[in-house]
Amino acid sequence: MRLEIKNLSVYYGKIEALKGISLVVNQGEIVTLIGANGAGKTTTLKTISGLRPVTSGEIVFDGVNINQIPAYERADLGISQAPEGRGIFPGMTVLENLEMGKYNRKTRKAEMSEDLARVYELFPRLKERATQAGGTLSGGEQQMLAIGRALMARPKVLLLDEPSMGLAPMMIQNIFNIITEINNQGVTILLVEQNAQQALSRAHRAYVLEIGKITKEAKAKDLLNDPHVKSAYLGTGAHEIF
Amino acid sequence: MINLRDAGATWWDNASKLKRRSLVVSLILFVYALPFLNNPIINTPGSMFESVLFYPIGMFVLLSIGLNIVVGKSGLLDLGFVAFFAIGAYTMGVLGTRTNLNFWEILPIAMGLAMLSGVLLGAPALRLRGDYLAIVTLGFGEIVRIVAVNEEFIGGARGIAGIPTPPDMFGMKFEILNPKPYYWLLVSMILLTYWAVRRMSVRRPGRAWDAIRQDDDVAQLMGVPTFKYKVWAFVLGAAVGGAGGCLYATQILSIVPDQFSLNVSILVLACVVFGGIGNPFGVMVGAIILAYLPERIRFLTQPRQLVFGVVLVLIMNLRPDGLLPRKKREKFESETV
Ligand SMILES: Nc1ncnc2c1ncn2[C@@H]1O[C@H](COP(=O)(O)OP(=O)(O)O)[C@@H](O)[C@H]1O
Ligand SMILES: [Mg+2]
Repeated sequence: MRLEIKNLSVYYGKIEALKGISLVVNQGEIVTLIGANGAGKTTTLKTISGLRPVTSGEIVFDGVNINQIPAYERADLGISQAPEGRGIFPGMTVLENLEMGKYNRKTRKAEMSEDLARVYELFPRLKERATQAGGTLSGGEQQMLAIGRALMARPKVLLLDEPSMGLAPMMIQNIFNIITEINNQGVTILLVEQNAQQALSRAHRAYVLEIGKITKEAKAKDLLNDPHVKSAYLGTGAHEIF
Repeated sequence: MINLRDAGATWWDNASKLKRRSLVVSLILFVYALPFLNNPIINTPGSMFESVLFYPIGMFVLLSIGLNIVVGKSGLLDLGFVAFFAIGAYTMGVLGTRTNLNFWEILPIAMGLAMLSGVLLGAPALRLRGDYLAIVTLGFGEIVRIVAVNEEFIGGARGIAGIPTPPDMFGMKFEILNPKPYYWLLVSMILLTYWAVRRMSVRRPGRAWDAIRQDDDVAQLMGVPTFKYKVWAFVLGAAVGGAGGCLYATQILSIVPDQFSLNVSILVLACVVFGGIGNPFGVMVGAIILAYLPERIRFLTQPRQLVFGVVLVLIMNLRPDGLLPRKKREKFESETV
């Protein structure tokens, strides 16, 4: 698995949300993309998963340019996303939400029980709530469901869009522990976060995104001590967002 | 107010297979026997009950089930459903009067043409969302009617007269003064459609439509080809509308463009919303009531529309999700962050 973005530009009408960004995610890594509100983090993930069209540049997955592949086929390629705001189907039960995770897989019947067991092991809470409507879960449970559902597709790379958003500190800790655990099981992760402290202490490598441009790329641990990152994303500044 | 849907659903879930079967069978037999029911409370003074059973009641039930695939299942607001009804009726009118084809041969053609126009309209329009789709479909409904008014080949404003009746079946003659066979045929079409829609709803297409309605983007992330399924919903709805129009034309024997006005689209949509959007059984009940009520109170003449309107507003206030809404858990849809 190798995901590579080359010189990617994405527009919303006349607004250039991504101004030629490049980044690489290698097999087995947790790569994090940190940035303030409106920097273009969500746009980056939406473009990788095909929900936003590419204006220029390339998305290369396992050596193949996937610019023209529709979003609904990218899940089957091995790109899975837990979207911003969790994107739970509120009227479906937890189990039905999880089943949706492998909607398009030809082998879904054979894999279903094995993958459900795997997700339930990671998130025992979801098993307890299997027949409950997705819309009635708490924020943290919904985030677990969003991640669990993305794992159902057996992703080669898992895209996480601000999994800590709106969660209590305890739950944030819990979610990040699970993210690390998933990575230890061999899933490559591209993690988008405003919570730079947590993201940088979990990730291997990191990119800083500022108004549509990548301004820094380094080992995650190094960025924790970077003066600019410290003042912009780690100190008091980062907390004002909440 | 007690929750009728949940009470009914609970009874249904707990009932044995035998109980369910006998309920369904007796209900179906009752519906087929309705034309023989000479009950002054139920009958419609001022119009022939048997004929009211066919149109508007039965016809609106069929159309509502069709529109519910589009509006209720996949969440697409279609304000021009009458277009497919008109296309079905005009196919029967034109082919019935100009060729030797009979109703049974024309029916698949009518459905096919309605489906084709569903694709032609749907392919560009379904890329739009929400309000825009509503406006485009509304326009389409009007365009079909206006073309019918202006196109002399299909009779212009005078419409088409002398449409043939279907050939005899099981020794029954289809005649304008004997609506029973038409009604039975229509009930059979409704049952078939209802069964087909139900089967689809519990399988993969149903899941896909559920997902699309709740969150189109996330549905795509899960691998649902959302555009394809939206077009399919549109086309299946169109097929039902076309079939209804075809049967309507062969019963009424002459059609004019005015029968296919915006009002029909709105009334069918009202049946869907009133009965409980997304729940085919509720939609059927809604259509029965909305189509029957104006006929039942026809004797009121002038204030009839007013009474109808007041009843509609009252009930929608008491039951904002419709008479028999879809499964309760879906109500959480709008409340999530
Ligand atoms: N649907 C949209 N239409 C127009 N502009 C948008 C849309 N979504 C995002 N943008 C703009 O694109 C930029 C990047 O947004 P986004 O990717 O959501 O940032 P982030 O996820 O980092 O907060 C912002 O300036 C935002 O206003
Ligand atoms: Mg975002």
